[in-house]
Amino acid sequence: MGISRFVLLVFTISMLASPALSDLVLSKVDRRIYLTSHIVRISSTLEVENAGPETVSKVLLAFPDLQAQNLAYLMASPHEAKAKFKVSVVSFPIDVVKPEDMPPGVTFYSVSLPQGLTVGASFTFDVLAVFTHALRPMPEQIGQADIQLVLYQDSAYYLSPYVVKVQSLSLKLPDSRIESYTTLESTKVQGSEIKYGPYENLPAFSSSPITVHFQNNLPFTIAQELVREIEISHWGNVLVTEHYKLIHGGAQSKGEFSRLEPQARENVQDPSAIRYLVAHLPPRAHSVYYRDAIGNISTSHLRGDSKKAELLIEPRYPMFGGWRTAFTIGYGLPLQDCLYESEGRRFLNITFSSPVIELVIDTLIVKVVLPEGSSDISVAAPFFMKQWQETKISHLDIVGRPVVVLEKTNLVPEHNQYFQVYYKFNRLSMLREPLMLISGIFLFFVACIVYMHADTSISKFSASYLAKQQWEEVRVAIQHVHNIICQCLATHDKLEASLRDLSRTGEVQACKAARKSTDGLLKELSKELKPLMTFLQSSPSAVQVLSKVEELVAKERELLEKLMAKHSTAVEAYDKKSGARDIESRIALQQQKITALRQEVDDLLEFIDEI
Amino acid sequence: MATMPASASDLLKSFKLKTKQQELLIRVSILCLVYILAFITRLFSVLRYESMIHEFDPYFNYRTTLYLTENGFYDFWNWFDYESWYPLGRIVGGTLYPGLMVTAVLIYRILRFLRFAVHIREVCVLTAPFFASNTTLVAYFFGKEIWDSGAGLVAAILIAICPGYISRSVAGSYDNEGVAIFALLFTFYVFVKAVNTGSLAWSLASAFGYFYMVSAWGGYIRFVGFQHVQSGEHMAAMGVFFLMQVFYFLDWVKHMLSDTKLFQAFLRITVTCAVAVGGIALGLGMVSGYISPWTGRFYSLLDPTYAKDHIPIIASVSEHQPTAWSSFMFDFHILLFLFPAGLYFCFKRLSDATIFIVMYGLTSMYFAGVMVRLILVATPAVCLISAIAVSATVKNLTVLLRSKNKVVQTGSTKGSGGSKSSSKALLDQSQPFQKNGAIALLFGAFYLLSRYATHCTWVTSEAYSSPSIVLAARGAHGNRVIFDDYREAYFWLRQNTPQDAKVMSWWDYGYQITAMGNRTVIVDNNTWNNTHIATVGRAMSSYEDEAIEIIRSLDVDYVLVVFGGVTGYSSDDINKFLWMVRIGGGVFPVIKEPDYLVNGEYRVDKGAAPKMLNCLMYKLCYYRFGEMLTEYGKPPGYDRARGVEIGNKDVKLEHLEEAFTTSNWIVRIYRVKPPNNRWWLNRYKFG
Repeated sequence: MGISRFVLLVFTISMLASPALSDLVLSKVDRRIYLTSHIVRISSTLEVENAGPETVSKVLLAFPDLQAQNLAYLMASPHEAKAKFKVSVVSFPIDVVKPEDMPPGVTFYSVSLPQGLTVGASFTFDVLAVFTHALRPMPEQIGQADIQLVLYQDSAYYLSPYVVKVQSLSLKLPDSRIESYTTLESTKVQGSEIKYGPYENLPAFSSSPITVHFQNNLPFTIAQELVREIEISHWGNVLVTEHYKLIHGGAQSKGEFSRLEPQARENVQDPSAIRYLVAHLPPRAHSVYYRDAIGNISTSHLRGDSKKAELLIEPRYPMFGGWRTAFTIGYGLPLQDCLYESEGRRFLNITFSSPVIELVIDTLIVKVVLPEGSSDISVAAPFFMKQWQETKISHLDIVGRPVVVLEKTNLVPEHNQYFQVYYKFNRLSMLREPLMLISGIFLFFVACIVYMHADTSISKFSASYLAKQQWEEVRVAIQHVHNIICQCLATHDKLEASLRDLSRTGEVQACKAARKSTDGLLKELSKELKPLMTFLQSSPSAVQVLSKVEELVAKERELLEKLMAKHSTAVEAYDKKSGARDIESRIALQQQKITALRQEVDDLLEFIDEI
Repeated sequence: MATMPASASDLLKSFKLKTKQQELLIRVSILCLVYILAFITRLFSVLRYESMIHEFDPYFNYRTTLYLTENGFYDFWNWFDYESWYPLGRIVGGTLYPGLMVTAVLIYRILRFLRFAVHIREVCVLTAPFFASNTTLVAYFFGKEIWDSGAGLVAAILIAICPGYISRSVAGSYDNEGVAIFALLFTFYVFVKAVNTGSLAWSLASAFGYFYMVSAWGGYIRFVGFQHVQSGEHMAAMGVFFLMQVFYFLDWVKHMLSDTKLFQAFLRITVTCAVAVGGIALGLGMVSGYISPWTGRFYSLLDPTYAKDHIPIIASVSEHQPTAWSSFMFDFHILLFLFPAGLYFCFKRLSDATIFIVMYGLTSMYFAGVMVRLILVATPAVCLISAIAVSATVKNLTVLLRSKNKVVQTGSTKGSGGSKSSSKALLDQSQPFQKNGAIALLFGAFYLLSRYATHCTWVTSEAYSSPSIVLAARGAHGNRVIFDDYREAYFWLRQNTPQDAKVMSWWDYGYQITAMGNRTVIVDNNTWNNTHIATVGRAMSSYEDEAIEIIRSLDVDYVLVVFGGVTGYSSDDINKFLWMVRIGGGVFPVIKEPDYLVNGEYRVDKGAAPKMLNCLMYKLCYYRFGEMLTEYGKPPGYDRARGVEIGNKDVKLEHLEEAFTTSNWIVRIYRVKPPNNRWWLNRYKFG
């Protein structure tokens, strides 16, 4: 059906064609059609000559509507000898136009030349047109082991509103296996290439349909939908996440599936199946992952050096015609590779389309997630697309991050060009999230402290509550007692120290002075101790520990007495100027008792401390 | 200059913590470390595989959780699932335990509220480890309640890494048990606490804990209804409840009546009456059928062989088998020896709490012996009781060592303080080798515990962290080979079959197909309708032309089988096939097990029974397998899982065609061909 309609259309055009619409003449047209993948690329070199009386600055390109529907990419650039598919730095602006008095069924594009073409002058330029869905599988259904044959239709003559003086056409096929092709005058086949022409002096809108039926086993990888999310973090990372919905757009598979054939016979490798995809990631891409709705897919390889990173991914199963799959790949890029600053604004400079090679994308949605607090957002893109803004709430966001959404349909690898998103962002906003975390943790601790100190009991007069409170008071009192005893022991140590000084220096007076001062200290301490002890004796909650505390105080008294006695003995002995050995022997007995007592007091202290 | 060191030491002293504070610090830091350890040891599965949901049931839980997050609680409650048990469907909202899903969604909502943009899958994967960590805390408090804080600490450490518990709580094991064991232990702890303190708040907490546990694991009120007063299993509990009423009533009467003789008479009359009334009520209930008799699962708890003879569907589940000794050893390791020692310590210091834990330990140990899966329930008890043994032993030994050291330090001075007197007594009667003995024993205990830690880590990493969806094997060069066939097949179903396609498979894969493949299944792991499962079993064990009738009547579009003949994967459908025959034969007597056996032997090679060689399952598994070379030096069609050359190499299918087979042949999917008996109509109409 499609074929006949196409042929009919081309014929109608040629019938209706009115001669020479303009004064321009195409003195030479050289067309090369590349059918080596499922994307059809037509590269034409046009030499335009101005045969009219006026200067012309625009050249019209014509495509039949059926082809124009599938036209994904059109570019005109100055002619270069060896340029094949290179995206030139300079390209001429192209617009869709609808000139009057033109036959129906043809879409026109107008190329603005860099300089007006003066009378009699000529100019050569290249036009690259890329078409998707232009190859039709024939037969439409094939078995698993069959090869895939496709059909391509075009016109042997260049469709143009101008007179074409000399033209030629060559079709490059992926394989030398050609089922059939339309034979016209001067048709040549050389290996995998079919040549038509040269044809000379053809009027405007002349056409002659040709059909090529050939083998094309290259994967017909089509992403029906691709959502790319590019998230910028000013902490040094740009995270790219790409959600693919793929379909094998070639001939539908039919009949039984078998694992046996491809596994048993190595040479029959399911010719038309998509076994793997190759993605050329930007260099220094890191943290690459490949997963789908139900988990990781373990069949992927990443090769790379400083210049490129090549990701080879295998779908979970080999994809035959009509089979679908969906997956997600993600990777991180260093911030300094993509983010730049100009005139107080930052801009992201990153490729627009998918890194997967030879992929046709039916619908592409690119979401650029800017950091929270970005403002003054604008997009600079090399081609027209729908765009709008959203917000996304991610980690630790309050108002959400601004998202620039771009949507475009029918994309080919040629669209994978850089685009820029400009925005303003205050560097201080970066600190907001860490500060939030810190304050959150701080508040948590504060809450803990408050909880520990707050009195949350409901009834303030219940017996258990009162008992608890009393016990709390007792504990404080015991703590005080403990402190006082410790101070006492410290003064004991001072006494001992004074004794040691005495034995070393023999200054009795200093020793006596020390004794006096400690006496005063100890008296004060015992005064402090008294009310505490009376409180403990009166308190009913302190019954279990009272005996211990009393024992401690008594032991301390005893210790003090012994120590005083020892001190007195020593001082006396010094006063009497007795021999050192004599003093030693006198003190020795007391010393033993003191050590024992001290040990006991220490044990008791430890015990009380544990309460 | 001379004062400097003094002030410095003062400063140090003021920083120096008191003994009690030191102890608290050590305890808290140990608990924190145990909390983290319990979490990270369960992440082996994420490390070895990926962050994914494991096994069978967790996929259902995950699917329902997803539904709950997307549709809210009311839709969840009213959810009628058309995607399973086709054409019957399943009332999901009323037939599941929502505790787990609600918990996961709550955690998810809290994290979302705190603006952590996590995916619900991550929450589900990490729910079990998170609750395992919480369980260690509860174990600490429980141990502290029944013994002392030392035992609590040891219990926390033991339970953190005990394989018996890890087996059901690794990351990704998103199952009821993960939450329920926490809830169980928490309930028990709060119950014991309530008994010990007599506090109303604790008993209320216990009631709520119990409610949470049953909502996560069993007895969920929405479909339990009046089961607790009607079913035979609950009668014992009811009886105890009844007896308690009688006891307190008598207590009250005793309090009212001062005369003992009168009370004795009253007692006799009341007890007789109560027993009589209870007996008559029970008898009447049984006879009238108001009280249902005990169910099969309950019988199989009392008699492990019961299920095998009467309910094949229960017996067919591997986790319902009686436990082997080796798996006790595998799951408990040294705890198995420490458990009796702990019981000894418990009996030595009997209290309400220790009696409770002893009862819990002994009964759960018995049930663990009956069913493999119940090891999980025994694990907390075993850990707690073992912790008592470890803690008490180590404490005794260290007291011995410390007291001796003290004595050596203080020389000949008299011992002081209450705690010292006991050690002094020990010292007096001690032998000269006692200290050395204590050191040796301590080292022994340390060695055992370190062996335990090693064993647990090994078991966790090697045995319990496999998601069983992804299979890992060692390749010829020692490298790790991953078989991801299940997901390959499920994803193929999801992407390349019509949205409303019905898939027939054995019930084991039902949950996975609905969750990962997003397609309708005939039967799934919720084995609520035995007849439906038997129908599938019958289809699988019939000849193809008989089976196609059943398949058409069930409106099936695809048939999925699991086959391990190429990889040597042994838990495939051929090895499960006898259960299909048994379950099918249990409902449809046309299927007879002996037809598939030769002299009581199950085989698939040339000597197999003719019915076996031609049944649908055999055909689907071995379709075109006869041409396949699986192993070097073996004939084509050599089944590596069973180690034989298959008997029927020329398998022809008439009504089904191969739609997809995964790269290692583990999952094979067949398309049901449309009926072709009206071929002439097609020809005249469209030709």
